[in-house]
Amino acid sequence: MSNVANNAASRGDYWFAELTKDATPVNGLCPSVKAADGKLNDQPVRFIAVVPDKNNQYPRAAGGEVGLLEGWNLAKVVNDVIDADANATTKRAIVAVIDVPSQAYGRREEAFGIHQALAGAAGAYAKARLAGHPVVGLIVGKAMSGAFLAHGYQANKLIAFKNNGVMIHAMGKESAARITLRSVDALEKLAATIPPMAYDIENYATLGLLSQLLDIADPDKATPDDISNVQNVVWQNIQDARKEGVSLSNRLGAENRASSQRVRQLMRQEW
Amino acid sequence: MERFEFNYPAAKPLAGRAEAGVVGSGDLEALYEPDTASALKIIVTTSVDGSHTLWQNFFNRLSALRELPAGRLDINDFGATPGVARLRIEQVFEEAENAN
Amino acid sequence: MPTDTDQSFIELSARQRARKLLDDGTFRELLGPFERVMSPWLEPQGIVPQADDGMVVAKGQINGQPAVVVAIEGSFQGGSMGEVSGAKMAAALELAAEDNRNGIPTQAVLLLETGGVRLQEANLGLAAIADIHAAIVDLRRYTPVIGVVAGTVGCFGGMSIAAALCSYLIVTREARLGLNGPQVIEQEAGIDEYDSRDRPFIWSMTGGEVRYHSGFVDALVKDSLNEVKDSVLAFIKAGVPATHRSDNYDYYLPKLTGFDTAQQASREVTEALFNREDRA
Repeated sequence: MSNVANNAASRGDYWFAELTKDATPVNGLCPSVKAADGKLNDQPVRFIAVVPDKNNQYPRAAGGEVGLLEGWNLAKVVNDVIDADANATTKRAIVAVIDVPSQAYGRREEAFGIHQALAGAAGAYAKARLAGHPVVGLIVGKAMSGAFLAHGYQANKLIAFKNNGVMIHAMGKESAARITLRSVDALEKLAATIPPMAYDIENYATLGLLSQLLDIADPDKATPDDISNVQNVVWQNIQDARKEGVSLSNRLGAENRASSQRVRQLMRQEW
Repeated sequence: MERFEFNYPAAKPLAGRAEAGVVGSGDLEALYEPDTASALKIIVTTSVDGSHTLWQNFFNRLSALRELPAGRLDINDFGATPGVARLRIEQVFEEAENAN
Repeated sequence: MPTDTDQSFIELSARQRARKLLDDGTFRELLGPFERVMSPWLEPQGIVPQADDGMVVAKGQINGQPAVVVAIEGSFQGGSMGEVSGAKMAAALELAAEDNRNGIPTQAVLLLETGGVRLQEANLGLAAIADIHAAIVDLRRYTPVIGVVAGTVGCFGGMSIAAALCSYLIVTREARLGLNGPQVIEQEAGIDEYDSRDRPFIWSMTGGEVRYHSGFVDALVKDSLNEVKDSVLAFIKAGVPATHRSDNYDYYLPKLTGFDTAQQASREVTEALFNREDRA
């Protein structure tokens, strides 16, 4: 992966910084969860990112993974928005800047309930969406498995960069290859023929889960035009989310997800 | 994975439809549905490649041992032994007999 | 009143579990095996599909009230979540929420026996799990969503997050509830951190008993149909909790930030850290 500008700890950290230049940082969070309150045009937005913290109190989450502290801090920072806007007629948008390589793997993580911490995060984002906050997920790097479920997958709208470094999947290639008793090469070849198994973002886009796939020349060295383009796209998605409502039914349109729609239709008929 | 179809003459269907078993290691799922044609149509989908003859022999033996009901029998197999296969098929026939 | 003869809950198939949790004679399966709504992704990979894709959705009554029981068949592909099986659970929860919005108090009980995402369907399994999370959070506003993890598979991966979103969780001693499979943790973190072949160690981390004593689940029952049923009924009666466990960051954050991570975790350490008596 190419070097990221501005001493950012990750591409997610870099994009969080670019998008929150004029935003007010939210205090009281662990160093690996960053949040800031800013604007996109006329829209107030809370931006949230999970970033690497090499001094993480829980060392197994030092590389930008979503672990115990990250899960619960996400829960707090999102629930705080819901509470703050509880009586507001217009709920502010929440933008998740997503670059998370996986959930954290470790003994303390399992013992102290990482599954529960991630549920705190996922639940908070879902509650925010249901309360009328437009939630937009901007996938700039990795969006993997439990980490993505916790940070981003509850969004009304998902936007991803069209770039080799962007990967959305349930399990990393090496682990998946090991578990299915294949070489990484063989797994990649198989995955290329089965759209939901594929590792590249173009194949993921055929599943109908993204609202937009964004061309960008170098996501690690964005031009001012790149930045304003991303800002406009996010702003547009916030508008669309406000109009389209609180459910995730906008993810059910693709041919490659036809069975998901069919199951719902049949079940409604039989209910 | 392979799929085979077998047909055997059969006199009458059972009372209703039934299912038994799961597609787990060493097991199979059997689904039986009655119909009025005088045959039992068997469709086997199996994880065991090259097992056509084994299944053919299995059903030949079964049809010699007991009357086969008319209708359709779907088998989704994940490596069941003949013993387990026989058990599941008898289970599904018995349930279908007692259905409704 | 005569009591039913009790039996093992673990030994029952998903369909049998669903049938027996619903009031006698009220079981009605939706998208059952004869409708053959199966995975479109398994046969192209040479994997034998199951006619119900390993998920049983059954409507009926519990204690005379409308209910839907959604049961994962752990024996099929380790209970893993594919596009169709995931959609079946999500759709049932979505329709239950709609019912509640329309004044029909449909209860939901989830029988969770799963390793998480079915790798052969990867991103569609993951997306379906996100739909399930969304639907649980929606439905639990109206009525408690009750999860049961009985074993032998347990509840892992993205579905452990679903379990943790439930209003109440019932487990047996045989059950495990954890995010990552032991082998994956061992591969990522090393055998000293997590020995995937040490069964007593695994259960001391994620087994039903430690989860109960450290407050991550709400009831610990024997492997008994009657005990599971009674526990489900009790939580239905308890209603929607004032605070869902997944919203309790005010409790969990200070505990986790206050823990000296020079220390490793053990069952004793965990149970001391999340002492039940502490809880509001």
